[in-house]
Amino acid sequence: MNMLSLYDYIFYFLAFVVIGSSFVVVFSRNIIYSAFALLFTFFGVAGFYVLLSADFLAITQLLIYVGGILVLLLFGVMLTNKVVDVDIKSSTIKTLPASIISALLAGLLCGIFYVTNWYTVPTNPELLNNTTAIAIGHAFISTWILPFEVASVVLLVAMLGAVIIARREKGPEVN
Amino acid sequence: MIDWILTQFPDSILGYIIICAVPLLFILPYALVTIYLEMKMSAHMQDRVAYMRTGWHGTLQPFADILKLLQKEDIIPTAADKFLFILAPYIVFIGTYATFAVLPFTSSYIGSDLDLGLFYLVAVSSLVVVGILMSGWASNNKWSLFGALRSAAQIVSYEIPTALVLLSIVMIAGTMNMQQLSQLQSGGISDWYIFGGPFPIVKKLLLLPLMFILFLVQLTASMAEVNRTPFDIPEAESELVQGYNTEYSGMKFAIFYLAEYANLFAVSAITVVAFFGGWGSPFGSFMSGGVWDLFWFVLKGMFFVSINIWLRWTLPRLRVDQLMYVSWKVLTPFALVCMILIGYILVAF
Repeated sequence: MNMLSLYDYIFYFLAFVVIGSSFVVVFSRNIIYSAFALLFTFFGVAGFYVLLSADFLAITQLLIYVGGILVLLLFGVMLTNKVVDVDIKSSTIKTLPASIISALLAGLLCGIFYVTNWYTVPTNPELLNNTTAIAIGHAFISTWILPFEVASVVLLVAMLGAVIIARREKGPEVN
Repeated sequence: MIDWILTQFPDSILGYIIICAVPLLFILPYALVTIYLEMKMSAHMQDRVAYMRTGWHGTLQPFADILKLLQKEDIIPTAADKFLFILAPYIVFIGTYATFAVLPFTSSYIGSDLDLGLFYLVAVSSLVVVGILMSGWASNNKWSLFGALRSAAQIVSYEIPTALVLLSIVMIAGTMNMQQLSQLQSGGISDWYIFGGPFPIVKKLLLLPLMFILFLVQLTASMAEVNRTPFDIPEAESELVQGYNTEYSGMKFAIFYLAEYANLFAVSAITVVAFFGGWGSPFGSFMSGGVWDLFWFVLKGMFFVSINIWLRWTLPRLRVDQLMYVSWKVLTPFALVCMILIGYILVAF
């Protein structure tokens, strides 16, 4: 029997954090707890990216999910839940269709996991010290320039849409 | 230095834990000095003398403050959400402490020599926001919640000009590695990016005004990110008691306090690395290397900490709408225009 290395310990720790906090996200009765548990889920996933030496992806995960999406979620929940007296309930409804769809989805994911011919490489310490940012940058402005630009246009449209919705004037204009 | 620690502790987990604790050796004495500095500077600016009785000119006062905080009763309000209330100060401190991982204190010491150092700094600062929101919500106090929401809105808004400034620096330097950024500017004071960087004279003169504008944007935005006057509306005493940490006392309050001061040094250090040559000596190779690197880095960092303290006790507080105006309609456009012009200059020369 071979000993667990530091790498394995970190992997199992992160797996525990991700799975445990996801359970809290799904099963918590209090929506604030769900939102804060997401913090640990996102962090655990970022940790996995670090273990896979995908440094750029890990930091982007932090920036987008923790800095952007989670803060927005918390803002939304806090402004509606506490400041204005609206109760957000997280209760279970439509159990049967939900469990059927969940079971189908889980089966599909497991199927993909077993069918896919995973591309594995041996752990290479040299690889750990190289950044992936340069390769990603080159790929973005050469091979994948069209999807990259389309994504930025989509983001711009979404941003303009948000501004237009937020600034819609109600009632007749007063001069 | 990191390799040396790892060789001392062959049991690698212990070695890594010790490496993680190294920045504390700096943060704790630094916080004591800065608390004293802030009290004395503010007092002298207001024609007072501040502490005079605890030790020579009150030098022992920070220790007295810490002793008092240590033995103070830890109060958790009954209506507070206990778990999140206890967790929040640690999240805030972790977010601040994480930035110290990539600060290049000397040419031979950096916690993690990440190639994406600057990008990492921008990303981990968002963790503080989550901690602040958590503390505000868990306190179950409307002042705390308003303070937390204001603070989060402020930090999120001011991250954008900061990110644009750092992006401009990355464009000029061609690296996001904090150690390499310092290395590029190590040829003395004229090589610092605030003075145009280590380039031929024409390019340098073209970059110079842009760098100066970017520096002012960075200085303003970094002040806003640490929630200090004139950007302290999250803890505006006249409106919100003390903002998100109103309900905290004892050691939990001390951790918030420590995180605030540590954050103050972290943002100053980012300004130093981006514009003022990091650990580089202003005289080129004279007085550089070894302990001198640490000396220059801390000296430059403390210089910007003092500027923050000076401005805090000089300027009045902004209103919420003025705060958003400054970020979105002044700093962001200026930083954006500078970034585009720098792009043209880099392509042309």
